[in-house]
Amino acid sequence: MSDRVTVSKTYKLYLGGAFPRSESGRTYPVTDGKGRFLANAAQASRKDLREAVVAARGAFGKWSGATAYNRGQVLYRVAELLEGRREQFADEVAAGEGVPAKRAQALVDAAVDRWVWYAGWTDKIATVLGAANPVAGPYFSFSVPEPTGVVGVLAPQRSSLLGLVSVLAPVLAVGATAVVVTSQDRPLPAITLSEVLATSDVPGGVVNLLTGHTAELAPWLASHADVNALDLTGAPPELRVDLEKSAAGTVKRVLRVPTTEPDWTDRPDIARLRALVETKTVWHPMGV
Amino acid sequence: MGGTTELTDVTRDEASLRRFLHGLPGVDAVGIEQRSAGLATRSIKKASKLWAIDTAISMVDLTTLEGADTPGKVRTLCAKARQPEPGIPPVAAVCVYPDMVATAKDALGGAAVNIASVATAFPSGRSSLKVKITDTEYAIAAGATEVDMVIDRGAFLSGRYGQVFDEIRTIKAVCGDVHLKVILETGELATYDNVRRASWLGLLAGGDFIKTSTGKVSPAATLPVTNLMLQAVRDWHEVTGQHRGVKPAGGIRTTKDAIRHLVAVREVAGEAWLTPDLFRFGASSLLNDLLMQRRTQLDGHYSGPDYVSVD
Amino acid sequence: MTWEYAPAPESAAIANLKPSYRMFVDGEFVEGAGEPLKSVNPATEEVLAEVSTASAADVDRAVKAARRAHDKTWGRMPGAERAKYIYRIARMVAERARELAVLESLDNGKPIKEARDTDVPTAAAHFFYHAGWADKLDYAGLGPDPRPLGVAGQVIPWNFPLLMASWKIAPALACGNTVVLKPAETTPLTALVLAEIIQQAELPPGVVNIIPGAGDVGAELVNHPGVNKVAFTGSTEVGKVIQSALAGTGKKLTLELGGKAANIVFDDAPLDQAVEGIVNGIFFNQGHVCCAGSRLLLQESIAEEFLAKLHARVSTLRVGDPLDKNTDVGAINSRDQLTKIQDLVASGEQEGAERWSSPCPLPDKGFYFAPTVFANVTQSMRIAREEIFGPVLSVLTFRTPAEALAKANNTPYGLSAGVWTEKGSRILWMADRLRAGVVWANTFNRFDPTAPFGGYQESGFGREGGRAGLEAYLDV
Repeated sequence: MSDRVTVSKTYKLYLGGAFPRSESGRTYPVTDGKGRFLANAAQASRKDLREAVVAARGAFGKWSGATAYNRGQVLYRVAELLEGRREQFADEVAAGEGVPAKRAQALVDAAVDRWVWYAGWTDKIATVLGAANPVAGPYFSFSVPEPTGVVGVLAPQRSSLLGLVSVLAPVLAVGATAVVVTSQDRPLPAITLSEVLATSDVPGGVVNLLTGHTAELAPWLASHADVNALDLTGAPPELRVDLEKSAAGTVKRVLRVPTTEPDWTDRPDIARLRALVETKTVWHPMGV
Repeated sequence: MGGTTELTDVTRDEASLRRFLHGLPGVDAVGIEQRSAGLATRSIKKASKLWAIDTAISMVDLTTLEGADTPGKVRTLCAKARQPEPGIPPVAAVCVYPDMVATAKDALGGAAVNIASVATAFPSGRSSLKVKITDTEYAIAAGATEVDMVIDRGAFLSGRYGQVFDEIRTIKAVCGDVHLKVILETGELATYDNVRRASWLGLLAGGDFIKTSTGKVSPAATLPVTNLMLQAVRDWHEVTGQHRGVKPAGGIRTTKDAIRHLVAVREVAGEAWLTPDLFRFGASSLLNDLLMQRRTQLDGHYSGPDYVSVD
Repeated sequence: MTWEYAPAPESAAIANLKPSYRMFVDGEFVEGAGEPLKSVNPATEEVLAEVSTASAADVDRAVKAARRAHDKTWGRMPGAERAKYIYRIARMVAERARELAVLESLDNGKPIKEARDTDVPTAAAHFFYHAGWADKLDYAGLGPDPRPLGVAGQVIPWNFPLLMASWKIAPALACGNTVVLKPAETTPLTALVLAEIIQQAELPPGVVNIIPGAGDVGAELVNHPGVNKVAFTGSTEVGKVIQSALAGTGKKLTLELGGKAANIVFDDAPLDQAVEGIVNGIFFNQGHVCCAGSRLLLQESIAEEFLAKLHARVSTLRVGDPLDKNTDVGAINSRDQLTKIQDLVASGEQEGAERWSSPCPLPDKGFYFAPTVFANVTQSMRIAREEIFGPVLSVLTFRTPAEALAKANNTPYGLSAGVWTEKGSRILWMADRLRAGVVWANTFNRFDPTAPFGGYQESGFGREGGRAGLEAYLDV
């Protein structure tokens, strides 16, 4: 180790596959658990959020229309890249969440494994949630789960990587696209994740990550008419009811999530996958 | 579909004919069966039922087509046809084999009952064109006023539409003014798409009526098939302005069945078709059920089989 | 030659109509403290019966009864036992099918043949189907030993009163929940006969409670803190109000709301069946159907021919006395609804669409509206965007599959869609891309308890029917 001066990173938004600064030009300081300065993060504005929704909507057709096999491959590839950045993530998690290096490493490993778990679901979810409906008549009727559309995610505030992966990966696995407002105070792993996504095969716009003030952005996300579903995991408790009310304005699906952040190391189930799909039932007559 | 001139074009050659028939809209089996089942739920009561029964009687082609037919049997049939019951007008026609036409003509005297004869190697249609022509000529010479020909289903199913077309054309030419009913034998055509194509083929070739069945193959007349053929004559009228008729035959034994068919005539083709000139029932036992139900309507209590003549 | 069908009325006496009906709470029929309502026969504008309604205190009593029943009996009962109760209901609905059909027709205005052939048999089928799930929930793919949510507050509309009650009650009971259900203000009668059946089937008191009333009773119910789950079928407008009201309560919510379905006809469609499907899609139940095919998208190359066929077919629809077995289109459910339809039709004319209405005769009394088809409709007109909920079809045209798809999806709704083409790959291509919860291809308006039903976007969320429908009533 020399006494070389490190080249520090400029953290930006991830929007439509690009890394812009906030159109507002604002940033805010991110500190570690002890209040020491780590970096400046972009403070996204509602206009950035609007652009993110446009990007997510634009990406939805292609991503939802990709084969499940292809989505699985693409997502697995993300896990491979995450694995390659384990140390960087562990450093960021340790710094941001104030946990010991070993614990941070375990959380990063769990996040990679979580991503792999969801990557494997892409081509199984339809088998598990779909059905051939034995209707009483000369029809073939089947039901398939389809991605709900654009999902607005308020990422967990505490768990900066494992929590984020646990809420984001299911969105991608079902074929939906995401506008994520990252943990406000611990946004750095999210930005690094976006660098992984950008260099993976996930098309631009499928994931959009906004750093900034959750309370400032959340109402715009919850009320946006082109957002189909809302995950309020990281919502400020005092805003939650209002956000749900806003969501009602366009009958958004609001995920049933606990009011306090869960232990993300718990074994996941498919509840999130279920909540992010619409069941479509198709009928056709059978006759000659 | 365009006007009549375009229809002349479609019969210009085999390829045009095929293109036209294969270009007809498909038929969704479940859909047409459902629509037919819907029509069958019509509840026809009181005066409208009596009207339907009387109309149905007037539309019957009273039929006997058995190897065991004898002059005696045919004479009895003709007597019933002339006067189903005292005070009831005659049925539309009797329908017999060609060798029984002379007997029927004799038995009917001058009654206003048509004599229909099956022809063209009925029921299979499996003979030479020459035999079919002779068969037809024989029936007409003996006094048939209507000819019920069968199409060559083998030719149809193997896609030789031109051959089927030419054969109908030829027989129609032999018939001249004699009414030609073209039996499609829908039970052997197997699909509704085929029934639609065969219906149009029969109409294009000049059939005055299209008829479902010989009565020798099951299924014979079903409500969906009649429904489909009614659509064909309705659409034909739409294109050409001409009225052509439909004759379900075989399997219609009850008044209820007959009324269901009449409902289809009214609601699918239109009221203009509610006449023996454009709609017939090929049947034998149906007539007695109609008569029995007619009594029930008039007497106000249920009738029984002993109150109508068994012929 | 003309052949007029003689009247073939089903006897109103079969309905066993009573002068007054009471609400059903805790296993008993009791007088409600709310202002009694008068249920009107929309075909004659005569009052059918007086029905007691629930006050706030009655709602509370019903929810508490349901809570007791859930905690003490129903929620703890083995699934196999619950199943037998639900099977009983299924059988008894079938046994009283004719009575229920006539009563439904009287109260709602729908043709007796539809009440008889669709509403009541499908209602019975829903109970029968869900009864079988009660002891098999472990196999529903929602995790091991899924638990009920508790008390379900359910609010249903007036278009399929008995059928909607069964769609709501059957899965709730199968999953071990107890129910407080509010039928629609204008059509409470069959739900109260269903209550009688539930009583005769000896369900423990409080398992099902039925409390008639208007929107205020519904609001009281869904907002009651003792309710764990809310299921609502009705307008998108009210659905939004409920979703908003429930914000932060943690109550599980499913909504089945409005629609503006596109029925898309390609030039290679089975045309005669497509005509039938379009007619069924919009004139079934007077068009009072959330999944009605209210927008017809016609490929331009067949538009003229198809419209002619459609007009001819619509002209044969028999509009009139709902109790006549030959009636195809009955009465509009209420004067309010009739006014709403008339307003939207007027807007269509004013915005320049070309109106054609069936020349069918209409009865002098009662709420009727002749089947109506608007041609030359454009996407921006109100009649192309707003749910009319009446026998009014808006016809638009398209040139390519992509254009058809874009127009079909260009709506905040997403309940159903229809596709008519003989080309299999095109059906699947369209079905894949249509943003709608139900896609009917070469058919329309098919319903079955095994087939999940529900919407995308502003048509609501959650499914009813099939395995997917169970999720709404389980804590998973």
